[in-house]
Amino acid sequence: MPEYDPGKHSMIDSQVLSTPATRNWPALVELRRKFAGRWVFSLLLVTGCAILTLLVLAPLYTLLSKSVENRAGEFVGLENFAHYLSSGGIESAFFNSLWVAGLSTLVVVFLAFMAAWALTRTRLPFTGWIRGVLVLPILAPSLLPAISLVYLFGNQGVLKDWLFGAEIYGPIGIIMGSCFWTFPHALMILLTAMDNADGRHYEAATALKAGPWRTFWTVTVPGARYGLVSAAFVVFTLVITDFGVPKVIGGQFDVLATDIYKQVIGQQKFEMGAVVSVLLLLPAMLAFIADRYVQRKQSASFTARSVPYKPSQDRKRDAVGALMLTPTLVFIFAIIGMAIYASFVTFWPYNLDLSLNNYQFGRMDGGGWGAYGNSLQMALGTMVIGTILVFFNAWLMERTPQPRFLTGLFQFLSLLPLAVPGLVLGLSYIFFFNHPDNPINGIYGTLFILMLCTITHFYAVSHLTAVTALKQLDQEFEAVGESLNASRWRVLFTVTLPLCLPAILDVALYLFVNAMTTVSAVVFLYGHDSQLASVAVLNMDEAGDIAPAAAMAILITATCAVAKLIQGLLRFWVDRSTRPWRQGTE
Amino acid sequence: MKHLKKALALTTLAIAVNANAQTELTVYTAVEAEDLAKYAERFNEDHPDIKINWVRDSTGVVTARLLAEKQNSRADVVWGLAGTSLLLLKNEGMLVPYAPKGLEELSPKFRDSDETPSWVGMDAWMAAICVNTIEAERNNLPMPASWQDLAKPVYQGHVVMPNPNSSGTGFLDVSAWLQLMGEDKGWTFMDGLHENISRYTHSGSKPCKMAASGETTIGVSFAFRGARLKEQGAPLELVFPTEGLGWEVEATAIVDGTDKMEAAQTLVDWSITRQAMEMYNEGYAIVGMPGVAQPVEHFPENAGELIIDNDFGWAASNREAILSEWARRYDGKSEAK
Repeated sequence: MPEYDPGKHSMIDSQVLSTPATRNWPALVELRRKFAGRWVFSLLLVTGCAILTLLVLAPLYTLLSKSVENRAGEFVGLENFAHYLSSGGIESAFFNSLWVAGLSTLVVVFLAFMAAWALTRTRLPFTGWIRGVLVLPILAPSLLPAISLVYLFGNQGVLKDWLFGAEIYGPIGIIMGSCFWTFPHALMILLTAMDNADGRHYEAATALKAGPWRTFWTVTVPGARYGLVSAAFVVFTLVITDFGVPKVIGGQFDVLATDIYKQVIGQQKFEMGAVVSVLLLLPAMLAFIADRYVQRKQSASFTARSVPYKPSQDRKRDAVGALMLTPTLVFIFAIIGMAIYASFVTFWPYNLDLSLNNYQFGRMDGGGWGAYGNSLQMALGTMVIGTILVFFNAWLMERTPQPRFLTGLFQFLSLLPLAVPGLVLGLSYIFFFNHPDNPINGIYGTLFILMLCTITHFYAVSHLTAVTALKQLDQEFEAVGESLNASRWRVLFTVTLPLCLPAILDVALYLFVNAMTTVSAVVFLYGHDSQLASVAVLNMDEAGDIAPAAAMAILITATCAVAKLIQGLLRFWVDRSTRPWRQGTE
Repeated sequence: MKHLKKALALTTLAIAVNANAQTELTVYTAVEAEDLAKYAERFNEDHPDIKINWVRDSTGVVTARLLAEKQNSRADVVWGLAGTSLLLLKNEGMLVPYAPKGLEELSPKFRDSDETPSWVGMDAWMAAICVNTIEAERNNLPMPASWQDLAKPVYQGHVVMPNPNSSGTGFLDVSAWLQLMGEDKGWTFMDGLHENISRYTHSGSKPCKMAASGETTIGVSFAFRGARLKEQGAPLELVFPTEGLGWEVEATAIVDGTDKMEAAQTLVDWSITRQAMEMYNEGYAIVGMPGVAQPVEHFPENAGELIIDNDFGWAASNREAILSEWARRYDGKSEAK
């Protein structure tokens, strides 16, 4: 695409902004012409920024500002930081976090890329089903892998010997658990990045007699570059901020996220929790900057002249693809299968009789079916509101002329939640939305605030998915639209939206299932009439009712699987109805 | 004018009646979820006009949430939260002192020591050691009888206990050992114990759960959890060390800022009645009113004599120092095993 310049629009913007317009009348006229209609989009994006500020920045500020205050709320400068750094074991937590997150990132991105390659560049059968299985981990509450890993590799575990005497409780468990739950996040981003490949590049490679290996390195990998970096950034940040897995299976292996748990839940020291949260933001910020740096070089890979890539017949390549998918599929099946088994076992490991007792949901604690109903409502609300918000904002950012600083600001705000542990987000929401001076403190304790919090918590990955999909569409769509006198709005509804429907469905599903399974932030926010099923699972497990907890977790997983099935059908239908049309652009 | 007055009076009356019939209290609690329905039901037998809306979570989460909500408290009453947590809330000025009816019948250990107490106790949960009998046999481990036993080399790698920096149960154990043995000997004991610990957990019930599923042989935890797991069929033996047991009071308090003071007081009054105490006794061996407690299955009969003379004031004021000393000694060595 030599004729396409990715920086074109933003360059125009910055030139306009730096023009001294006051003395130069023609320039002012020019400026007005250029901005006619534009300010609407900018205003809308400013509104988007304001909404995210309200949902992310303001609540975070109320909590993080405590890191420079003492318990009584007086300003103490960096005293808390000094105190934290001097109280031994901290360095280890910081570096433990770094290497565990780093290693998990390597493993997950590697596996996810192999899987994405096999799914998009080969002609393996049943890819729809394989995709479904690969995203299973995201459908399950975090307790599932925790139970399974212990049952598989714990001291009584069936595969204990596979660890050669090493313990699952510690870095090994954290890395395995983290890989399990972050894999779908990475896969989703990579699939979006690789789904719409331009067939012409592959044709060119074939014409130039490049072998499959060379084609892989010169066409496939560069094409997925942005997705790879985004996936790495997302996985790294997810792992480093997660406290669920390290808490359950990390034993006494210290990481920053469990340190926050110790400070806030163990000792109610909000100010120290805030200090660790700030420290936790540092690596996430670095990852963010690296991501931004690479993203600048990204250009559209699917242009108006693109031909959707169709893999040719190649048995050998397909076999390689199948081989690449196998380890991941086995791992996922083992974890989920073990959890299902666990939900039927009477008393692990001493009474392995199978029974259906644990599925009598009537005797469930923590709200039972009521909690399940709340969870459903909350997930649906999160899905509808979240998808609209995410996609519209991403469209404004990517497909409308915006001043560069505004898109930068928006990108920052939308990725920031990724770096915030759920625990920290939940507490921030209390401090901010429950404040007596907050005019909307009425929403506190309702399902609505749970939805807002969940949307915020999972905003970043949804945003990245939407942006990746939008980036792959040629800017010329809008240019052509303009020349045909079609407004950007019309292009949005007639071209962009239909082309992005698969990604939109992905975002909707992502928000739905995460709302069904999330615990860490909402645990601080639910009210007496808005208990959630995911929280009930944790409470039952805490009370020692492991099998009923597993059963409820399976119910949640099954619900998410149904949602996934519906989404899959919709996607299939969308694919089928847009493919002829997309191919018509040839 | 007359009519207006009449109408006004009627409306007021209607509102009053309505309020009486429909008072809803938001009650924060850390009591087990399975017990909550029972607690509300029994209370409603005497006070059908007050509806309890529970918000339940683990002790740490409820305490953190209450503190975070300080500027605009949502809870009317806290019913069933650890005494140390309530002390923290009291120091933050978040509790309304109130002397409920029948206060004089409570044992002095089960009330805030102020003349008008900020909190009144319900029951006590106490430390216990959960031993998995099958694993003990498999590993040839003798049944421990005392805390000192746990420090013996034979148990190396077989003991799990909660990290006092993340769990109230963990702190309760550490503070009890320091009070029982004195500071020097207490730390020496913990040095020895540390050699045997295979890991420290973040939750107080986890060690017992791990013992129940054979993930460890011995879990330092609390009696209530052990008894429940035993009921579910876990091959557990509960050991109550001879030196004495750390314990913690579960208590009730009114949260500052409630606009339903009358109903809140009614609930607190009821929470220390004899019926309430008998209800607590169904799950807990020690309750706040002397002479009420009957032996509870899986608990020792002389539970009241086993618990130490816990100095909560000392524990609270030294908490910070104890925790940082503990972290200095044992936290950094996470991978030393």
